[in-house]
Amino acid sequence: MSTPSKTLGDYVLGLADDALVSAQRMGWWISRAPQLEEDLALANIGLDQLGQARTLLSYAGQLEGDGRTEDDLAYLRDEREFRNVWLVERAQSDFGVTMARLLLFAAWQSELYAALASCPDPTLAGVAGKAVKEVAYHLDHAARWVVRLGDGTEESHQRMQAALDAEWPYLDELFRPVEGAVVDPASLHPLVLARIEPVVAEATLEVPQVAPARGGGRAGLHTEELGYLLAEMQHLHRSHPGATW
Amino acid sequence: MRDWPLWEVFVRSRRGLSHVHVGSLHAPDAEMALRNARDVYTRRQEGVSLWVVPAAEIVASDPGERDAFFDPADDKVYRHPTFYNVPEGVEHL
Amino acid sequence: MDFDDLLAGDGRVEPRDEMPDGYRRTLVRQIAQHAHSEIIGMQPEGNWISRAPSLRRKAILMAKVQDEAGHGLYLYAAAETLGVDREDLLDQLHTGRQKYSSIFNYPTLTWADVGAIGWLVDGAAIVNQVPLCRCSYGPYARAMVRVCKEESFHQRQGFEILHTLSHGTPAQRAMAQDAVDRYWWPSLMMFGPPDDDSPNSAQSMAWGIKRFSNDDLRQRFVDMTVPQAEALGLTLPDPEIRWNEERGHYDFGTVDFTELFEVIKGNGPCNQQRLAHRVGAHEDGAWVREAASAYAAKQAVREGAA
Ligand SMILES: [Fe+2]
Ligand SMILES: [Fe+2]
Repeated sequence: MSTPSKTLGDYVLGLADDALVSAQRMGWWISRAPQLEEDLALANIGLDQLGQARTLLSYAGQLEGDGRTEDDLAYLRDEREFRNVWLVERAQSDFGVTMARLLLFAAWQSELYAALASCPDPTLAGVAGKAVKEVAYHLDHAARWVVRLGDGTEESHQRMQAALDAEWPYLDELFRPVEGAVVDPASLHPLVLARIEPVVAEATLEVPQVAPARGGGRAGLHTEELGYLLAEMQHLHRSHPGATW
Repeated sequence: MRDWPLWEVFVRSRRGLSHVHVGSLHAPDAEMALRNARDVYTRRQEGVSLWVVPAAEIVASDPGERDAFFDPADDKVYRHPTFYNVPEGVEHL
Repeated sequence: MDFDDLLAGDGRVEPRDEMPDGYRRTLVRQIAQHAHSEIIGMQPEGNWISRAPSLRRKAILMAKVQDEAGHGLYLYAAAETLGVDREDLLDQLHTGRQKYSSIFNYPTLTWADVGAIGWLVDGAAIVNQVPLCRCSYGPYARAMVRVCKEESFHQRQGFEILHTLSHGTPAQRAMAQDAVDRYWWPSLMMFGPPDDDSPNSAQSMAWGIKRFSNDDLRQRFVDMTVPQAEALGLTLPDPEIRWNEERGHYDFGTVDFTELFEVIKGNGPCNQQRLAHRVGAHEDGAWVREAASAYAAKQAVREGAA
C-alpha cells in the first residue's frame, strides 16, 4: 500500500536522481571542455546539480523513514530502483549534445523549481527556492551556447541541429503523469516550451519534429546506458561494504 | 585560428568598494566574457558585481614616460595634510 | 627605474617594463610549464570523479579539479602579459615542445591515490609556490597569491581522505599505505634536480624568480611531511628518514633522479595518455571555439549595422 509520504518520497527521489545522474554525466567534461573557461563553467553546473541531488536524496531518505542516507540511496540501489528520466542518463561526449540536453533539462527544472518554491511542503519549497537560481544560470549558459553553435559556422549549425534532434525525443517524458507529483508535470509543458523555443529560433535552428522516446525512468525502466553509469559510479563504494570514506 | 580575445576582469567584492582588477580570461564576446568571469573569478563568494573590458581597449601609460608622468608630483608636498603645522590641542582639523 | 635597480630594491617588474630577454624567456618558460602542469594535473584526479566513494567526496573532488583548471587559467594569463598567446603555449604543450610536471605522468590506480595527490603533490606544490608569491615578476606573483589561497583546501582534503582510510577497514588502510608508497618518491622529485645539477637555478635566484634552492625546498617539504605521516599512522617508504638533532632537520634517503629524467624524457607510465587526452579535448573543441568566434563576428557586424 502506498502512503502519502511514500509517494512523495518516490517523487522526490525522481527529482534527486535526475540531478544526480545529470551531475555524473557533467563531471565527465572536467578536463575535456572546448576551452579552459568552459571547464570551470561546466564544473560549476555539475556541482550545483550534485548539491541539489544530495539535498533531495537526504529528504527522500527521510520521507522513506528507514534511515537511508544520501549515499545509501546513491550507491546501493540498482538500475530498476533509479527514478530519473531518460533525458539525463545517456552517455554524451559531444559539446552540442550536452548543451542541447542542458537547455531542455534546465528549462524544465527552472519551471519545476519555480513552482515547487511555493508548494506547501516546506522542505521541498526550501530546496527549490535555492535551486531555482542555480538552474536559471544553467539555462542561460545552455541558451548562450545553443545560440552560438546554431548561428556560428555551417558545421556548428548542422551539429547543433543534429544534437537538438537527438535530445528532443526525451523532452516528452518530463511532462508525463507521476504518482505523488507535487506539481502537475503536464502543467509545465507550455511554460518549458516558451523558454526553449525562442532560444531555438534565435539560434536559427528548427524545433525538431520527432516522435517522443519510450521513456519509463520514473517507473525504473531505463535505457541500457544507465547500468554502466551506475556500475562505474557505485563500484568502489560497494566493494567495501559498511566502510566510511 | 587565433584564440578568443583576452578580457580583463574587475570584481566589486562588497557593496561600497570599488571594482578591482582580479585577472583576465579568454572569451568570444562580451556576453560570454561576463559569464566566464563569474565562473572563474567568483566561485568563492568573491564578488557582488563584475566588469569585463577587452584587454585591447585598455590605454596604458608608458613605463618609459614614467618620469615625466609621475615625478612632477613628488615635490608637491603641500597637497598632503601632514605638510601643515597645527597648534597643540586644536581638534577636528 | 632600470631593471637592476628594481631587483636590487626587491621591487616588482611589471609587464610593460624593460627587461632582459633572458628574464622574459625564463619567465615565459617557467609560467607556461607551471600552467601546463595545472591543466594536465586535472587528469589523474579527474580520473576518480565518476567513482568517488561518497557524494561528499565527489563534490569536493569536482571542486578541486575545477580549481586546477582555474590555476592553469590564471597562469596562462600571467604568461600572456609577457607577449605570448595562450593558443601558442597550448600548441607547444600539445606538440611536446614545452613540458609539464612529471608527477602527473603517474597513474591514479586507487581512490587512495586521490588522497595521496592532495596530501603529497599539492603539499609539495604549496612549498614550491608560496615563495613564488614574492616572485619579482608582478603578474606571476599575483597569480600565485590567488593560487595559494585556493590550494589551502586541496592539501587538507587529501590528508582527510588518507586519515579516513588509515583509520578505516584493513583493506582501506592497505590502500592508503600503497598510495603513499607509490607517491612519496615522485613527490620529492617535484622539487627538481639537486642543486649542483640545476644549471639555471642560480640565474633564477639572481632574478628573484626563484627564492630558495631545490634542495632547500625539498628539505622543507620533508620536515613538514614526516610528522603528518605519523599523525596519519602511515609509513613513508624511506628507511633512512630520521630526525637529525644537529641539523635541526630530518635526514632522508637519496632520490633516484634517473627515474625523474626517464619520465621527463617521455618514459613515464602515463606520458602518452595524458598528452593524448589533452590534445583530444582541444581538437574536439575546435568546432565550438570556431563557432563562437564566427558568431561574435556576425554579431559585431549586426550591431555595427544597427
Ligand atoms: Fe593547483
Ligand atoms: Fe591543487
